[in-house]
Amino acid sequence: MADTEHHVRFYQVGSFAVGNRLVPLELRSLQSDANRPNALTSGHRACQGCGEALGARYAIDAAVHGSDGQLVAVNATGCLEVFSTPFPETSWQIPWLHSLFGNAPAVASGMAAGLRALGKSDVRVVAQGGDGATVDIGFGCLSGMFERNDDVLYICYDNEAYMNTGVQRSGATPPAARTMTTQVAGPEPGNVFGQGKDVPRIAMAHEIPYVATATVADLRDLEAKVLRAMQIRGARYLHVLVPCPLGWGTASCDTITAARAATQCGIFPVFEAYDGEVTSSTPIRRQIPVEEYLRMQKRFAHLFKPRRDDIIDRLQAMADRNIARYGLLEQEVAS
Amino acid sequence: MNEKPFAITLDVGSSLANHTGSWRTERPLYVDRMPPCNHACPAGENIQKWLYLAEGGDYEGAWRMIMQDNPLPAVMGRVCYHPCQTACNRAQVDEAVGINSIERFLGDLAIEKGWSIEPPDHESGKHVLVVGAGPSGLSAAYHLRRAGHAVTVRDGAPMAGGMMRFGIPAYRLPRTVLDAEVARIAAIGVRFEFDAKVDDLERAIADGGFDAAFVAVGAHLGKRAHIPAGEASRILDAVSLLHDVELADEAHTTTPMLGRRVVVYGGGNTAIDAARTAKRLGASDAIIVYRRTRDHMPAHDSEVREAQEEGVQLRWLSTIAHVEPGSMRIEKMALDESGFPQPTGEFEELEADSLVLALGQETDLSLLDAIADITVDDGVVQVDERMMTGHAGVFAGGDMVPAERTVTVAVGHGKQAARNIDGWLRAEPFVHPPVPELAGFDKLNTWYYADAPHQVRAKLEAARRTSTFDEVVHGLDEQSAQFEARRCMSCGNCFGCDNCFGVCPDNAVIKLADGKYEFDYDFCKGCGMCVQECPCGSITMIPEEG
Repeated sequence: MADTEHHVRFYQVGSFAVGNRLVPLELRSLQSDANRPNALTSGHRACQGCGEALGARYAIDAAVHGSDGQLVAVNATGCLEVFSTPFPETSWQIPWLHSLFGNAPAVASGMAAGLRALGKSDVRVVAQGGDGATVDIGFGCLSGMFERNDDVLYICYDNEAYMNTGVQRSGATPPAARTMTTQVAGPEPGNVFGQGKDVPRIAMAHEIPYVATATVADLRDLEAKVLRAMQIRGARYLHVLVPCPLGWGTASCDTITAARAATQCGIFPVFEAYDGEVTSSTPIRRQIPVEEYLRMQKRFAHLFKPRRDDIIDRLQAMADRNIARYGLLEQEVAS
Repeated sequence: MNEKPFAITLDVGSSLANHTGSWRTERPLYVDRMPPCNHACPAGENIQKWLYLAEGGDYEGAWRMIMQDNPLPAVMGRVCYHPCQTACNRAQVDEAVGINSIERFLGDLAIEKGWSIEPPDHESGKHVLVVGAGPSGLSAAYHLRRAGHAVTVRDGAPMAGGMMRFGIPAYRLPRTVLDAEVARIAAIGVRFEFDAKVDDLERAIADGGFDAAFVAVGAHLGKRAHIPAGEASRILDAVSLLHDVELADEAHTTTPMLGRRVVVYGGGNTAIDAARTAKRLGASDAIIVYRRTRDHMPAHDSEVREAQEEGVQLRWLSTIAHVEPGSMRIEKMALDESGFPQPTGEFEELEADSLVLALGQETDLSLLDAIADITVDDGVVQVDERMMTGHAGVFAGGDMVPAERTVTVAVGHGKQAARNIDGWLRAEPFVHPPVPELAGFDKLNTWYYADAPHQVRAKLEAARRTSTFDEVVHGLDEQSAQFEARRCMSCGNCFGCDNCFGVCPDNAVIKLADGKYEFDYDFCKGCGMCVQECPCGSITMIPEEG
């Protein structure tokens, strides 16, 4: 049992919890550090249980760590921008700039070029926005940033609709979900099937150095991916699932639980890709049917009154396709 | 002139000025809930807490935590039927934590390292008589002595231990272990008087000038049943058999003669002990005859299993109708609708050299005959919640009061009695602190616990085991014990995993230097995510006031 020492060290919560008093500091998450940067500090006006506020702090704190504190951020318009910077207050403890809804990738590209011209190659640039700014409104700028391979880490906090303006459908809204603009009416209530964009895969098609997905339910994985991204120069893309209690109709305490359910049913695959090729995925640990994930969200409540097995089956098929495409269960068997 | 940049009229401020705590309708609160193991422990051990210390490698701290409640950890780690493990929430995840084996590891380590307990730092001037040096008496004596009282323990036997020595065979509890733990109790100043049977408690109290007495004389008389028997049939009772084996060992006299084929009549732990002992004394066959079925057998599963592994045979649904030298007649039984065995009229002969009766034990209560106000019901002494009999100042516990008859229950009685005797002597009645809400499985978020198998204790080869009185179940090594301790889910009690600190979207959890946390109610919006993601259920939400 040469391996026992290794295993013993990781009990009793292994690496699933934020910290672990039984392991050395360097094996704990960055968020467990009492002196973490808190790049997004308290007093912000995000809703109770906001997944995006949590995801942004996880990601930007890790990026601060990965850049030795030399980090600047560009923010697209959206919840994150609005709740963090009502004039004249700011929650950001790093240099931070907001311009427009659609131009964050372009502004970040310019920043990176400017820093290079000034010879400040140690200062790193992140751009961040919600799914509206990323998938829809800023998509052209983002694609340009990718194809030029500008030295920017772009982080998309995906809560699957325009939540700030009152829950309108975006290109990242899942099929059948109810939003203000995809009402529960007609034979196929909620958002239509067959539309929307899978931006992580589009980013991979640009063959940029690094593309990854993550969720607020797996902090260690999210931190590791940000740190890996910060070690690479060029265009990098991180897509983080951040449940929204308001738009999804989940309890404010269930934000992480909902994100975990999304990964455990397979509807949101967690993987990373180098140079356009998927190199690893996070296996499902405790598989659940997609129905369990849907049931905890009011935006899917119409699928259960009366019950719409046809639609639930189609969503399950989407999850099954992800499981097959990214090998979400095969790895578990292999290991 | 405005010297600020274009279109800027206010200085940049931090959002820290915005106290979002005012949004809250409910607030999170750190709580300590009652872990199921602690709740189930008859000795009232704080199991979760000593496991926490053991997880971090502080074995001495863990041992001292046990010693606050139970002076016999190494004994417990061998003979306790561990109701804590039956209650353990981890059983619903994979397997219960092997608490008993860790307790044994700690108890053995303490003996190996010679850890001791300090004598009390003050003397109360009161003197308590403890009658009986079994688990209950030892426990009471230890706790009373730690509270500063002078304690004298009297026992009719030549050595301490009671049923732990004269009832539990050495292959389950090596005497060196028992002696070491008793010696530690003597070392803090408890006075032992052996071969000193108390026949009249009232006179003993008066003669010795005692201020209170705790009586725990156990139940050492084997129950007899009338079984028609021919002359020269060999019939013994199990309690006497185990007692004689123990004394033969000590005094190097001959062991009881049982013959080649031994039948044990009864279905309790004593029956199992007697059958396994018979095997060790050279019987080729040991057969337990029980009138009901295995499901109804009061003996514990692990002991029945170990007995079967050693070749002890079991005959269900049988009673013994008649005994002759060399054989006995067995009547087959059938369970009726209410689960009681009824005779069927079918008989068969069973070849056997001797019969050992293990039909339960009774208490010799003659020492209480002269005392008024003591109520004896169904052969046991009635006590109140303080363990006090009807006679003021006379307390009782262990097998002689109505309760499950196990070593751990007896130890618990001793502790409970000691606390109440202490309160009674100081005229400040002991008040039990409020018991917190149970940390049931529904309070946990088990996602966070890494999967880990149970470390099974090695067992001696069954064939080797039956020929000797060597210990059957072996202990864990340090690494395995720590591994096992770390499987504890710390139900209802914070273990410093940082989850609340990490998952708060408002950075409203403050991590303190001592591994504890507190909420920053200036910014906590009351979303409840910390409660939902706390692995061990140590946070609750309460309505905001006003």
